[in-house]
Amino acid sequence: MAKFFAVTIIVIAIASAIPILRHTWVAPEDISTHGALIDEQMSETMAEAGISFLAAQFILAIFIWQFSNPRPDAKIKTFPGGAKGLVIAAMVLVGAEVMALGIFGVKAWADVYFTAPSANAMPVQVQAGQFAFYFRYPGPDRTFGPLHPDLINEANENFFGLDTTNDPDSKDDIVTAEMAIPVNREIHLLMHSKDLGHSFYVRELRVQQDFVPGLDVSLHFTATKVGKYEIVCTQLCGLGHYNMKAYLEVMSQEDYDSWLKKEAAIQ
Amino acid sequence: MATTVHQPPQIDSGRLPETSHSGNGGWRNLVPEDGDLRVVQHYSPPASSTAIWVVLFAITMMFAALTSALVVRKGASLDWRHFTLPSILYFNTVLLLVSSVTLEVSRRRVATFMGGLRSQSESPARWLYVTLFLGLLFVAGQYIAWLQLSAQGVFLATNPSSSFFYVLTAAHALHVLGGLAGIVYVIRKLSKSVLRRSTLDATARYWHFMDVLWVYLLLLLWMKL
Amino acid sequence: MRYNTTPPPTTFIRKHVFSLDHKVIGKQYYALALLAALVGMVLSWLMRIHLGWTAAAIPGLQLLSKDGAPGGVMTPEYYLQLMTMHGTIMVFFVLTTAPFAAFGNYFLPIQVGAEDMPFPHFNMMSFWVTFVGFLVLIAAFFVGDGPSLGGWTQYAPLSAVGSVAGPGEGTGTILWATSIALFCVGQLLGALNFIPTTLDLRAKGMSMMRMPLTVWGWFITSCMGLTAFAVLMPAVILLILDHVAGTSFFVPSNLVINDQLQPHSGGSTLLWQHLFWFFGHPEVYIAIVPGMGIVSHVLITSMRKPMLSHRVIIYSMGALAVLSYMVYGHHMFVSGMNPFSSLAFSFPTLVITIPSTILVLMWIGSLYGSKLRITSASLFALGFVSMFVSGGVSGFFLAQPSIDIMLHATYFVVGHFHMVMGVAAMFGIFSATYFWFPKMTGRMMNETLGKIHFWLSFVGTYCIFMPFHYLGMAGNVRRYSAFVVEYLQPLIPVHRFITVAALITGAAQLIFVYNLIHSRFWGEPAPDNPWEGTSLEWSTPTTPPPHNNFGDHLPAVYHDPYQYGVKCSTGDYVMQASPEQVATVNEEK
Repeated sequence: MAKFFAVTIIVIAIASAIPILRHTWVAPEDISTHGALIDEQMSETMAEAGISFLAAQFILAIFIWQFSNPRPDAKIKTFPGGAKGLVIAAMVLVGAEVMALGIFGVKAWADVYFTAPSANAMPVQVQAGQFAFYFRYPGPDRTFGPLHPDLINEANENFFGLDTTNDPDSKDDIVTAEMAIPVNREIHLLMHSKDLGHSFYVRELRVQQDFVPGLDVSLHFTATKVGKYEIVCTQLCGLGHYNMKAYLEVMSQEDYDSWLKKEAAIQ
Repeated sequence: MATTVHQPPQIDSGRLPETSHSGNGGWRNLVPEDGDLRVVQHYSPPASSTAIWVVLFAITMMFAALTSALVVRKGASLDWRHFTLPSILYFNTVLLLVSSVTLEVSRRRVATFMGGLRSQSESPARWLYVTLFLGLLFVAGQYIAWLQLSAQGVFLATNPSSSFFYVLTAAHALHVLGGLAGIVYVIRKLSKSVLRRSTLDATARYWHFMDVLWVYLLLLLWMKL
Repeated sequence: MRYNTTPPPTTFIRKHVFSLDHKVIGKQYYALALLAALVGMVLSWLMRIHLGWTAAAIPGLQLLSKDGAPGGVMTPEYYLQLMTMHGTIMVFFVLTTAPFAAFGNYFLPIQVGAEDMPFPHFNMMSFWVTFVGFLVLIAAFFVGDGPSLGGWTQYAPLSAVGSVAGPGEGTGTILWATSIALFCVGQLLGALNFIPTTLDLRAKGMSMMRMPLTVWGWFITSCMGLTAFAVLMPAVILLILDHVAGTSFFVPSNLVINDQLQPHSGGSTLLWQHLFWFFGHPEVYIAIVPGMGIVSHVLITSMRKPMLSHRVIIYSMGALAVLSYMVYGHHMFVSGMNPFSSLAFSFPTLVITIPSTILVLMWIGSLYGSKLRITSASLFALGFVSMFVSGGVSGFFLAQPSIDIMLHATYFVVGHFHMVMGVAAMFGIFSATYFWFPKMTGRMMNETLGKIHFWLSFVGTYCIFMPFHYLGMAGNVRRYSAFVVEYLQPLIPVHRFITVAALITGAAQLIFVYNLIHSRFWGEPAPDNPWEGTSLEWSTPTTPPPHNNFGDHLPAVYHDPYQYGVKCSTGDYVMQASPEQVATVNEEK
């Protein structure tokens, strides 16, 4: 039975590795400007984790094969180098490995979080609420009008609680259910939560960020490829969480301009 | 490994455990160099002394969590309103500190009583009763403080500052009540002559910690509220 | 010299219900964990069936909840409610209860040579408080609009604003929080016994370094529990206050739910996350460290040689415990907390792989040159090692904030924690059961059934949880009750495969339950020391041990705990309590 167990471990280890090696289920193509470093971190980590995984499972299997059901006169032996060697190996090799991953990963993180949006980044506000995303564009005056939570009314489609009568800045704000952005243009995404915790996740853009009720966070990114992508909520927000999604359309500048004009007309 | 005591034992003072610490806490090496276990004493440190440190550590962690919650909540938004602490709190503090003194007095008297070194005409539990009374007064005083605040319209949900006031004082008062239950337990055991020294010491340590904790909370509330 | 902690009980109630005997309390905890595991497992079946076949009617489900599953078809809210209960039950009432409270209560005093824990009344209270906590949790199924749907992590404001946020968010969440508060009290009462037993009640000759690794596992775990549960308890109390007392600890201002402006103001949602994860991360080590101790112990007995270094195992478990407090922010990388904090938390998280790796290398390295005996217990122990490796390597990814951007809140995380907790820790429990059942009941478990249980579980759990990682890499978001997002459609066949694997593996667990019950009454009578073990539990005068564990004389300890591979009158091992002088193995100390 021990030998069968050893073989099973090896078969499982190899079977687990196959979908990884064949890239069967991986993140889709990166359409962001900051994502290359993230993808690189992912590959490096996969290589190191993969080697560790396979090595550990293989050696475990080999030792089970070799040392089970021994002959009665077999002698007990000690692993060469004993505990000391293995501890040093772990500290040095694993230590170096994880420190390298950590240090090289700082840049990937810093590119997203420690850089400020550039001055001509296009601001778009996204509001998350049970169970939909709505988007707001500032319009020609380039200013967002203030939010009045007491004015929020789903039936009248006043999703953001804008007071277009009294707030001049709100008059030209454009509220949409889909997010469209021009390609190759930096976007400054202002994230506001209406009610609870939600999260904004677009796989292709390599962004994921939680909304924090009571605290407006922001992200900036640039999309490099035209197309239609899905924005999904990744923080449990209630029964409609699975259905809380919106489309992100990355368009050419002209297409975006006409889209925005169309949306402005139906406010 | 304590024996049950049915009357104050006649033991010589050389064998009385030191009062300055709780026993050697367990890192003792029970294996002498020559491997001869016959010389290893049967005496082992009382489990209650270790246990009370465990309890005090857990209580510390709990109030540490509440402290950090207070600090974070205060910084999270601009709605923190200061209010004046009811002055009875300071009187209550004195009560609690005095009760620690009376507890120490009673501890020494009970210890000498149990050591059989002195026969007393007064009940050895008298000062324990005084401590119990002072402790109850403290809790009553805390309740009066709450009544005074609510008379001013300051309730649990009025403001985050008052929320923390009530939560911290209530949590402390509940633990004080636990300490009082411990003192009652000690009194009962003493009256049946089955009180172990370690139980008394552990209860005293807990009670003194309630003091220290209260002084800390008072400072925290005074600074932050 | 000896003492009686408590006289032997005479009445049925004192013997089996309100017992002061740590052995009975341990068995009561085990029974609670078993019941909880079966409930949690059935919940997982319901969840998996719904994920694979969302529109399907599950016959009879409407009997459990008319509103949650009309006509047997699960609603999205009911899925989340079942999921919340599954997580809470499994993490608290199975993974903290069985390896630590059940086996620890039973064997810690025996393995250190004590008659009982020092505070049997508190010990008894700890079990009953925990049990009442379980009842309060389960009660949520039967009251109001059902259990909470906020996940076992109960993030605010969802968990704090009440029923306006969804079904189960009112009474359900209050019951959840109350149950957890009771659980915390139970665990603290347990630590109150475990720590003094380890430090003060050891037998003559039992120095700290002569304690078996199981005792070290339980000791380190109780120290962690002391800190972690003492923080969770005030957190859930503050949550309850936000519900019932109108406070705003965790709920900020200006929230609008169902077009209604919420009355709360100024609270911090991140405060809940900090408090919860300060508890939550040590909690997962609380779930695994006893298993590490148990697996080391079982492996040593099965390999007939001690670990390469006794001390390294102890220090590594200790290092895990200490580091576990510094890493909790890795659950919050993209939470909106300061991104510098995210980096700060990622480094200890990466460093914690080092003691974990050392432990794995010790287990595998000690196998070299051993004389491994294959039993159900040792199979599960080896399975633990394999699973811990598999579950652990996914930690490399999740420890890095930049990668977490892609993998946070996906099935990758779910795969990671199920492999280490849901499988490895469970394998630790199984290994301990097969190993110690003879001592606890006086009967052997059926080895054939045990091996079948192992094979189905080992292969089955790999089939279930390995694919979770691939799903996560493809961006499959977690806590979804259905897959309507377009990019998730191609992944549904994978979910169906997983569901089938889960149902088969779940059914295999029933073999274990049958084996437990059948062997308890009709198993082969067990000898005192069936595995030829050295530690004190195998030196009890009777099997099961008598009321005071060692009869007339408490043992004295003459040897290190794992003297295997020696020449002794008993065989290749000398028992700790045996005064026989043999040439002992010089462990690297």
